[in-house]
Amino acid sequence: MRDQPTEAPQQKRNRVRPLAEATMSLMGYGPSNSASPRELTQNPLKKIWMPLPCKNGLPDKHISQRKVCMTNCPTLIVTVGLPARGKTYISKKLTRYLNWIGVPTREFNVGQYRRECVKIYKSFEFFRPDNEEGLKIRQQCASAALNDVRQYLTDEGGQVAVFDATNTTRERRETITAFTEQNGFKVFFVESVCEDPKVIAENIVQVKLGSPDYTNCNTEEAMEDFKKRIECYQNSYEPLDEVLDRHLSYIKIIDVGRRYLVNQVQDHIQSRIVYYLMNIHITPRSIYLCRHGESDLNVKGCIGGDSGLSPRGREFAKQLGQFIESQQISDLKVWTSQMKRTIQTAEAVSVPYEQWKALNEIDAGVCEEMMYEEIQQHYPLEFALRDQDKYRYRYPKGESYEDLVQRLEPVIMELERQENVLVICHQAVMRCLLAYFLDKTAEELPYLKCPLHTVLKLTPVAYGCKVESIFLNVDAVNTHRDRPENVEVSRMAEEALLTVPAHQ
Amino acid sequence: MPRELRQSRIQKIWIPSKDDKPAVPRRPTGGPHLSNPPTVIVMVGLPARGKTYISKKLTRYFNWIGMPTKVFNVGEYRREAVKNYSSYDFFKADNENAVKIRQQCALAALRDVKSYLTEEGGQVAVFDATNTTRARRDMILDFGSENHFKVFFIESVCDDPSVIATNIMEVKVSCPDYQDCNKTDAMEDFQKRIECYKAHYQPLDPDQYDRNLSFIKVIDVGRRFLVNRIQDHIQSKIVYYLMNIHVQPRAIYICRHGESVYNLQGRLGGDSGLSPRGKKFAGALSRFVEEQSLTDLKVWTSQMCCSIQTAESLGVPYEQWKPLNEIDAGVCEELTYDEVKEKHPEEFALRDQDKYYYRYPAGESYQDLVQRVEPVIMELERQENVLVICHQAVMRCLLAYFLDKSAEEMPYLKCPLHTVLKLTPMAYGCKVESISLNVEGVNTHRDRPEEMKKFPGTLIRRNSVTPFTSPEPNIKKPRIDDLDEPLQELPPSPATPPTLCSAPHLSLALTGQNLKRRCNDCHEILQHCK
Repeated sequence: MRDQPTEAPQQKRNRVRPLAEATMSLMGYGPSNSASPRELTQNPLKKIWMPLPCKNGLPDKHISQRKVCMTNCPTLIVTVGLPARGKTYISKKLTRYLNWIGVPTREFNVGQYRRECVKIYKSFEFFRPDNEEGLKIRQQCASAALNDVRQYLTDEGGQVAVFDATNTTRERRETITAFTEQNGFKVFFVESVCEDPKVIAENIVQVKLGSPDYTNCNTEEAMEDFKKRIECYQNSYEPLDEVLDRHLSYIKIIDVGRRYLVNQVQDHIQSRIVYYLMNIHITPRSIYLCRHGESDLNVKGCIGGDSGLSPRGREFAKQLGQFIESQQISDLKVWTSQMKRTIQTAEAVSVPYEQWKALNEIDAGVCEEMMYEEIQQHYPLEFALRDQDKYRYRYPKGESYEDLVQRLEPVIMELERQENVLVICHQAVMRCLLAYFLDKTAEELPYLKCPLHTVLKLTPVAYGCKVESIFLNVDAVNTHRDRPENVEVSRMAEEALLTVPAHQ
Repeated sequence: MPRELRQSRIQKIWIPSKDDKPAVPRRPTGGPHLSNPPTVIVMVGLPARGKTYISKKLTRYFNWIGMPTKVFNVGEYRREAVKNYSSYDFFKADNENAVKIRQQCALAALRDVKSYLTEEGGQVAVFDATNTTRARRDMILDFGSENHFKVFFIESVCDDPSVIATNIMEVKVSCPDYQDCNKTDAMEDFQKRIECYKAHYQPLDPDQYDRNLSFIKVIDVGRRFLVNRIQDHIQSKIVYYLMNIHVQPRAIYICRHGESVYNLQGRLGGDSGLSPRGKKFAGALSRFVEEQSLTDLKVWTSQMCCSIQTAESLGVPYEQWKPLNEIDAGVCEELTYDEVKEKHPEEFALRDQDKYYYRYPAGESYQDLVQRVEPVIMELERQENVLVICHQAVMRCLLAYFLDKSAEEMPYLKCPLHTVLKLTPMAYGCKVESISLNVEGVNTHRDRPEEMKKFPGTLIRRNSVTPFTSPEPNIKKPRIDDLDEPLQELPPSPATPPTLCSAPHLSLALTGQNLKRRCNDCHEILQHCK
């Protein structure tokens, strides 16, 4: 471990979600015709090697200010499709995913701009193609949204913007393409096509009737009005065309994922988007998340390690078995990590289970199997750094939460594909998974409360996820350590240990 | 009553110890077996649409990620049955005898698919043939449902004459069918062969007839894709992979960091900086990269000091990948081999037994490493010119992917310090050039001890299929004996030299056609670095 003066972590507190670079980061440019390579120094927080101050004497930019490599040119994702085709669902979900994997993304919903502008919605008449005033307002809203897109992608550090609107005419799409060309953004279209009246009606009921447009309206009237609204678009709808739009990069999602048409994928981020959109589905299901039963090392207040269950942990495993039985879940998949305590827990559930190494607990490196008191004693600097920026902090020879998110990405992808799943995992892992489903920021993620012996049941609803927390009535130690007031390196040991939960 | 757990010694996996049997080796997904029923991938398309290219590439990828996969190329069955190819007449729809032979070849291949998937531990079979008619595809679908295999179609559609001509020149005119033929004649005959199929070609129809099938249509070499009804994890992986590969000419350069201080001391792992010779290599690498004058070269490093120091001297932008970090030797990190032997004698011996599956206590195995570098491979497929500056074990994993090496060979591949491997994709394989930059470096390669070489690793042996190398076609005596008509009616076959078509056994370095000479060269180069 290095005893270097620490720099205060740079936490961007602006509106941009500060999830930092993904798996990799673009390093600075070395001096061309480099006579001698630059010396390296390790960033004490993230344990990343970077060159010492450059020739001009100024320090290199902090790594989080550099761009994520695979998306060095910002991308505008543009949805296309008639109303009630799941465009907003896709936009929100994609935005959540990209933010979680560390690509700063924001959605811009033109409908919201319109609602801001025209406070009171009267009826579908507003959307009629011959309603000139309506047309003008809608156009203004679209330009206002694009203005904000530009600001987000050029000034606020955004990497991806999702422009969520119908964009059903080629003319509108050409305007957007021109806008992206002017600003040096890449553009990728996501069109959702669906003719199944049942799916459309379901969508209207789920998300449209609750919209502010219809607060003072009964269900039938709202339904009726919304259908007319769809008709307003139908006549002028020009779907993306295999021939006319052959030069565009796009994915066409047909009948909620029964079929896809993918055209001219240009880069890494587009390829990831396509892969993600192909894996999500909207079949109702539940995801159950829990930690292993209390382990011997939990009882001792030690982190990491690979110990077995305590007697209370075994009792929890038994209770979990009964709970799962009582839920009568069809085709339940059970996933564990490759650590003893999760496998022991799954064994008691008496259903087949699958082990993922990717679900193993965060690697605490040199701090494995230590109590917080010991970490404070041996590595006070590390301990303080971790409190300063818990998400980005990497244990010496270990991992950070940020690393963990990368490691868990394939698990999330497969969770999206599956239906009912019970994931038996670990505290830090569960926090990462939960942050994905509940759209939590990098700041919140490492402090999410995931107590032992408690099952979280996640059920997708509308644009989000319903969470039920079920405590299985088996006592366990508390392993949650809150962020203490004082996170300075110079703090006293007592201050650092103030929030350590009680243990043996 | 929950069963007690114990940890397997090689893979360090917790397993219920109810029975005393050792663990079934896990598939290296690092996780679940997400592919319960086996899958038959069925290629569809006219000749020279890259079906064999896709088949071989996909097979190599799947074997590498640990999914036992094999190609069944009906053309090879046909060549085995009919030794002497005379002309495209054979493919005419009205050539009844030939139609029968082709049908029998397809059936023979399907029988082999069945035995591969049901008895030999195969997970995925790639049925590589034109399969251009609905009748043929329906027959395969019936075969699939009879045997409880999932069926996934990959159709390659391409109407660009220049792409087709390139393909014919690259892989068809050199195929054994045309060995006694000049290139122009071969080209012409092959074009006619395509015409024979064109008349009866029924592309997959996403709107009506085939709307319920699972398939991907690859249009114009990846310009566009149509994906219909993906059913499971494997199919989704296939689609993702096919969307990321491309056929642009390019080169991938792989090397290790310059010699590090720990290399000099003979220590494993750690995060030390470059030795003076290592720095010299970094300078030599910089000159080498300049000499190659590559357009748009991407440089990737791990997040370890020695690889970043090496990249720094290039004076070009580079990107750091944590997944490229060296294998985590867990409790053995920073020890010398002698110290490992002394402190962890049992571990030391176990590693020699099954180096691929062996996981260091609190560390990783090669199997784990493959899972970790898989996203790197995916991105390498997407990119064009790339220089990857990595580490010994990581380089072995990457190399095993490109050169189709087995789990047994991978951990012993020779990746010396201060040597750049240049990989150039060609035909169905990859050309390798090994370039030593003439800076001395310590030897960090530890061979498998002699007494261990006699038998394969226990886990590898127990796996009925050795993962990670695409199996060679083992077309036994062509099963045409049940043909009604004797084969004598066809021209007798002269004593033919062994085929060159798809001969991965020819060279470890190169799998391609008609590249024997060059491939011997490469072999020598590889020998040289031993």
